[in-house]
Amino acid sequence: MSDTPTPQNTNSAIQFDELPDAPPKRKIKLSLLGKIGVVVLIFWAIVVAIGPMIAPYHEADILDEELFIVPGSDEMYPDTDFQPPSKIVLLGSDYLGRDTLSRILFGARTTIGISFIATTLAYLLGVLLGIAAAVGSKRLDMILSRLNDALLSIPSIMFALVMIAALGSTIPLLILLTGIIYATSVFRIARSLGQEVMVSDFVEAARVRGEGLWWIITREILPNIAMPLATDFGLRFVWVILFISALSFLGLGVQPPMSDWGSMVKENLPGLIYGSVAPIMPALAIATLTISVNMIVDDISAHTGGKLAKRMIA
Amino acid sequence: MSVLLEVDHLKISARKDDDNLTPIVKGVSFNVARGEVIALIGESGSGKTTIALAALGYTKPGLEFTGGQVRLEGEDVITMASDQLRALRGQRVAYLAQSAAATFNPALTIGEQVTESCVLHGILNQEQANERAEFLYRALELPDPDRLGKRYPHQVSGGQLQRLMAATALCGKPDLLVLDEPTTALDVTTQIEVLKAFKSVIKQEGSAAIYVTHDLSVVAQIADHIVVLYAGEVQEHGSAEQVVSHPGHDYTRRLMHAVRPPPAAGQGEETSSEHRREDPALEVIDIVAGYGKARDGTPAITVLRDVNVSIERGHTVGVIGESGCGKSTLARVMAGLLPAAQGKVLLDGDTLQPTLEKRSRSELQKVQFVFQMADTALNPRQRIDHILGRPLEFYLGLKGKEKRRRIGELLQMVELPQEFAGRYPEELSGGQKQRVNLARALAASPEVLLCDEVISALDSIVGANVIELLKRLRKQTGVSFVFISHDLSTVASFADEIVVLYAGRVMEKGTTDAVLSPPYHPYTRLLISSVPELRVGWLEETMQTQEAQAGIDRVVTLTDTGCPFFDRCPLAIRDTCDRETAPARQLGAGHAIECHRSEAEFVH
Amino acid sequence: MLWRALLSRLGISLVTLWVVSVLIFIGTNLLPGDVAQIILGQMATPESTAALRAKLGLDKPPYLQYVVWLQNVAMGDLGISKAGLGAGLGTPIVEILEPRIFNTLRLTGLVTVIAIPISLFLGLIAAMHPGTRLDRAVTFSTLSLISVPDFLVATMLVLIFAVFLGWFPAIVYLRGDETGWVLIKTLAMPILTLVIVASSQIIRMTRATVLNVMSSPYIEMAILKGVPRKRIILRHALFNAVGPIVNVIALNLAWLVGGVVVVEQIFSYPGLAKLMVEGVLMRDLPLVQACAMIFCVTYIVLIFIADMATILSNPRLRHPK
Repeated sequence: MSDTPTPQNTNSAIQFDELPDAPPKRKIKLSLLGKIGVVVLIFWAIVVAIGPMIAPYHEADILDEELFIVPGSDEMYPDTDFQPPSKIVLLGSDYLGRDTLSRILFGARTTIGISFIATTLAYLLGVLLGIAAAVGSKRLDMILSRLNDALLSIPSIMFALVMIAALGSTIPLLILLTGIIYATSVFRIARSLGQEVMVSDFVEAARVRGEGLWWIITREILPNIAMPLATDFGLRFVWVILFISALSFLGLGVQPPMSDWGSMVKENLPGLIYGSVAPIMPALAIATLTISVNMIVDDISAHTGGKLAKRMIA
Repeated sequence: MSVLLEVDHLKISARKDDDNLTPIVKGVSFNVARGEVIALIGESGSGKTTIALAALGYTKPGLEFTGGQVRLEGEDVITMASDQLRALRGQRVAYLAQSAAATFNPALTIGEQVTESCVLHGILNQEQANERAEFLYRALELPDPDRLGKRYPHQVSGGQLQRLMAATALCGKPDLLVLDEPTTALDVTTQIEVLKAFKSVIKQEGSAAIYVTHDLSVVAQIADHIVVLYAGEVQEHGSAEQVVSHPGHDYTRRLMHAVRPPPAAGQGEETSSEHRREDPALEVIDIVAGYGKARDGTPAITVLRDVNVSIERGHTVGVIGESGCGKSTLARVMAGLLPAAQGKVLLDGDTLQPTLEKRSRSELQKVQFVFQMADTALNPRQRIDHILGRPLEFYLGLKGKEKRRRIGELLQMVELPQEFAGRYPEELSGGQKQRVNLARALAASPEVLLCDEVISALDSIVGANVIELLKRLRKQTGVSFVFISHDLSTVASFADEIVVLYAGRVMEKGTTDAVLSPPYHPYTRLLISSVPELRVGWLEETMQTQEAQAGIDRVVTLTDTGCPFFDRCPLAIRDTCDRETAPARQLGAGHAIECHRSEAEFVH
Repeated sequence: MLWRALLSRLGISLVTLWVVSVLIFIGTNLLPGDVAQIILGQMATPESTAALRAKLGLDKPPYLQYVVWLQNVAMGDLGISKAGLGAGLGTPIVEILEPRIFNTLRLTGLVTVIAIPISLFLGLIAAMHPGTRLDRAVTFSTLSLISVPDFLVATMLVLIFAVFLGWFPAIVYLRGDETGWVLIKTLAMPILTLVIVASSQIIRMTRATVLNVMSSPYIEMAILKGVPRKRIILRHALFNAVGPIVNVIALNLAWLVGGVVVVEQIFSYPGLAKLMVEGVLMRDLPLVQACAMIFCVTYIVLIFIADMATILSNPRLRHPK
């Protein structure tokens, strides 16, 4: 063609510019429920940070009877267990006469801390092995996947039960066990996400360039699977909290006198029939935390597809 | 002719997350008369599909009607209640989507999906509908019409699915058909067959149609009227004849300009000799390659057989063929992504290792691969300066200031503004992404650039600009190109030499002028005659030719023995072509044709 | 194509099963305490312990013990309970297992029969009317229910139905000969708890999967063909959503068989999970191994069935070209 434009004027010469097909940067906008979730989550994060400092009593303190003496009453030895909320014990007292509020504030650190570390461990293990299976040889993938399937097939509580019976219940073991158990589901997700990215053109482009495996994993794959993994981290975190609480509920988890929300529910169950709030409060603590994490996760995933579907059937 | 559909100052907007409305269609008006075909033509972002869907009272998720009316026989469809709309869709107005492969439900039989709409609307009972479907299968010249209805979508070819979409739309005898780029995804040879089927059925059924496309040459074959759209506004509106032969608007002229003339000898540019040297830059010798585990040098599925191609320094070799012919496989063998089962790849006369891992960094540097889809070839999580900077660092060891300077130069070379260095790929348009994709390959200062269908995903004007850019880069840098495309016109205007691949075999090769002038290999002839021309009446003429009748719309099949083109060839010799490998006839100056027929028999 | 897909799935299941057996054997052998000592209790002398160990085959090297164990399990011989568990030393494990398996299957079966129709119905209804008040109610309540511990669900139910209303007993006491209304009343609380927990998961999955399919081009096409919403969901979308739904149902069934320790504990329901907990506490190795094998086999078989359903629902595999 004879009328080739010269490089200098091409851009300005295009009177009808190619229309950008790029969508504007998608910002995640949370719904009202999502925002409430964030507030609750921040609240618990603060409690984890400063809970023991603001707690009126120590978690193991069995409160003195004197505290409960009603002025003017001649009852010298009042009951201290399963007391209803009052000025002395804002959320009531438990079956041993300990302050429920203080135990929840202390327990936040135990429950959330253990769950968070365990989830992180599960992620380290699961992502590492999952990516290895995705990029590695077929044989490695086969070995890791079968091992993973086998672990998945064992009911997680049973697995924990046997191991704790064998090795005794300590917090490090609890974290390690939970980490391994939940690494299996992280493995599945990381592997499938990794496989998806692995066959993409940009990874192929890096391979033709001659890039090593390490570069491909850290620069091409990980940045592209970080967002879905982060969303999944939230979900997994909720499962871990529930799992640790269930273990504590069965008496296999955190051991007394340390407080943890699951065991607090268990200890105070008998109080239920007397109308005590002692078992309800820690249960509520678990529920508010897990529900808010799930609401945030739901909001984020709705942004990546759910909304589309909504409009399809008008 | 009475007016069937009136689009009256139609406005459609997109609602963003912050509830602001961005206009997509900005007051478009046109009419469709009964039995008339109107083409909406424009590039991506012009709003053509959005307008067409409005005829069904439908907007894609995230869009909404913000003004105007769409009246079907005087009744506004935009304000219709949902059950009225349901009665209208599929019965009075029917829709044909771009990708039939995605719009057929994989879990249901073809017959159910073709007849579903008219049975649900109570136009026909199931039995009548089946009969009508079978009638339409025959009218659309689909194979095995008696049993087609019981098959599943994945069991038929893409071109057939596209025609089955037409059967679905026509089953309920609608007043208006809306066709959304129905041939864009097809090979040229399939495209003419589908076009012809559409055209004759539309005429036969007497329905009106809105035909959405970006391809002017297709429009010229099928439309009575043309509406040219840009950015949600009508630029020009007139009869097909008038718009095609006397475009009145600048934008239409630009669109026309981007349509390349039908392939013929003499379209390529004069090759400059300044970069020339004696030995070829890249050469593949007797390549056999395919997928699956190789046994005795033969892979489970052999795609390429005995392929020999050599790329002279500074030259451009175009590789042409339909989808499934092994074009990309050839590029992957050259790049080392797919190790060949047999044969050698030479770079500057030295044998290259078959696999990537064993090639040295400087060997890798010299052969760069440009992927088809810039969308997926650029890591969405890397900024443009990182994308361009990595090969500079990796191959040339550039760092800091020097690297930044070179990134600036590269952006300039592909005519992108400097500030793009700080952007992410998703903030760029399709054409701009493809330019970045090219710049990344150029960053390595390669000797050979393997371009795999680099413009096929782009709009015509944008694609034409990229080709101009490639021509300039070739002059500037002296890089050799392997240019893979299914679009013969593009190859004809860009390549010095052409290799015609069919089912993994080289059918013909030679200089562009030699390949595009007689004598032709029968397959080359089929390809040439299938490229639509920008004139009214071309389709009818072409369908009369012998090649078209023998060869169009057949699936490419890989064969072990004989010539794979046998079943589509008008000159095929029974018991010879299907049994014996065709001899390579040397017709002088590197021009070779593989065929049992002799030179004298090719001529007509 | 179809057969190859099925056979390869079968192969994978068998390999997994083998890996599981190794893991279980190693895991249970980690349990501390010498069974011989536990059985003999106070009367244990070094000689008597050694004699019993030899009798139980505990003096052989671990890999031999594994081979013997695997052979026996494959032959259907689960061994002899080492700690007795109420039935006395030397009771064959099969005898201990039988009533427990019956109990677990009865509970699982009843929960399944109630939960699956409810879940599918609610999940589909929510998917058919996305964004409506009904959908939001379903989404929010299932989200809340999967977020709270199952022991909380159980306690709240006990509080309401057993303590305040007094309709059902809080603890299951099964004599084994209950029928009709009595049986239903006894089982009501655990069933209700498990139905709530399992349904929440299935409802969410059904809704999500169907909505996901709803965004595919062929659904848009069906809308443009004027197909009514009900038919779009039931004929076009559901067919393509079978895989994930069957999968989540299978996972929930597996959980009902082996993962409901907490619920069985709370209601003192004599099921398999509770049996395994007791086995662990008694250090009854063969019993723990047997229970674990049952759970894992159940899981693997259910997942295999779910995979088959997915493969069979794929027309590409059912009707090759």
